Amino acid sequence: MSGNKEEVDPRINGIKTKIRVVPDFPKKGIMFQDITTVLLDPKAFKDTIDLFVERYRDKNISVVAGIEARGFLFGPPIALAIGAKFVPLRKPKKLPGETIFEEYELEYGNDRLEMHVGAVEAGDRALVVDDLIATGGTLCAAINLLERVGAEVVECACVIELPELKVCCREI
Amino acid sequence: MQTIIALAPLVSHRLCLAPPPFPRHRLLCRRAPSIRLPSHRSSTTSFRLLSSFAASRDSEMATEDGQDPRIPKIASSIRVIPDFPKPGIMFHDITTLLLDTEAFKDTIDLFVERYKGKGISVVAGVEARGFIFGPPIALAIGAKFVPMRKPKKLPGKVISEEYSLEYGTDKIEMHVGAVEPGERAIIIDDLIATGGTLSAAVRLLERVGVKIVECACVIELPECKGREKLGETPLFILISSA
Repeated sequence: MSGNKEEVDPRINGIKTKIRVVPDFPKKGIMFQDITTVLLDPKAFKDTIDLFVERYRDKNISVVAGIEARGFLFGPPIALAIGAKFVPLRKPKKLPGETIFEEYELEYGNDRLEMHVGAVEAGDRALVVDDLIATGGTLCAAINLLERVGAEVVECACVIELPELKVCCREI
Repeated sequence: MQTIIALAPLVSHRLCLAPPPFPRHRLLCRRAPSIRLPSHRSSTTSFRLLSSFAASRDSEMATEDGQDPRIPKIASSIRVIPDFPKPGIMFHDITTLLLDTEAFKDTIDLFVERYKGKGISVVAGVEARGFIFGPPIALAIGAKFVPMRKPKKLPGKVISEEYSLEYGTDKIEMHVGAVEPGERAIIIDDLIATGGTLSAAVRLLERVGVKIVECACVIELPECKGREKLGETPLFILISSA
């Protein structure tokens, strides 16, 4: 989509200029890519969603999984527009009832991503959405969770990539 | 499975007659189960919410008898999980609503129909489940979306408002400059219980000169008296659960 230099969608630049970079957040040395400023611009936010919807609407996607919390901002509008169910993937102990989890590595230590048992069925075609991909740790955990219950992860979709950080998981 | 249909506000008080089944101190609110609720409470498997209809104080649901025909399906798609996050709490889980594409779409449509064309420039959503309902509404009505977050999640300059919990306090934060004085806002969350979080959100926005047109939630737990806590700020809900 936007990776192809000859065919950058004209809406992309408008979105890009709305993203705010906040230095030294959450800690020194990190240049935090803040998408909340995109959400303040109705046109930029709409264009962002439209770009994803145009890509996925005819791909028979039955599940949009969004990673807490910023994946919740983009996932549901996409899900609604393409007629897919929305499945939140959450930090531990937030989802009530029966859940399954996948562990992933942080810089120091581990964290977990949880999903409801029964939310996704074998054979579901899934899209995973988050605002940004850095190391890919969280996204990989999401893929693993979905594949463990028999879903096919068609693609991961993010607004922003930080390409200098290696994606830890295979290419999809 | 019964669906309880009540025409709020006439009947809502009738759903609060049974005494609480658990010791008071263990309840987040003194919530009496509906006296017509079948005993699914011991099971953690998915089961349905018995719903009553709700409207704002002004009873502005679409149809003549006060019920929008989309509400029963929305209500029946919500799951109640007992004893989460702690014993005595009947947790209203909207994630099952999100799995029902028609119910989710109808939920958003009901809010959009209410707020479109009302000059609302801000939809504020309370983390995290307000993030699921707020953005689709904002996109449909052409408003900006402003996330209201737990402490230390938002980068850059923020303002914060404290609110009380059962034990202790918490804070809600918003970006400086996200909203401007004179803007008209609605605040979205999945559920209102005591109204602590929502009233903090109202105070935060009003401090920067925003007019809160209404708070809007999918579910209200009326025994928790959140509506009273909001005071003069109008509240619109789809489903009232006793």
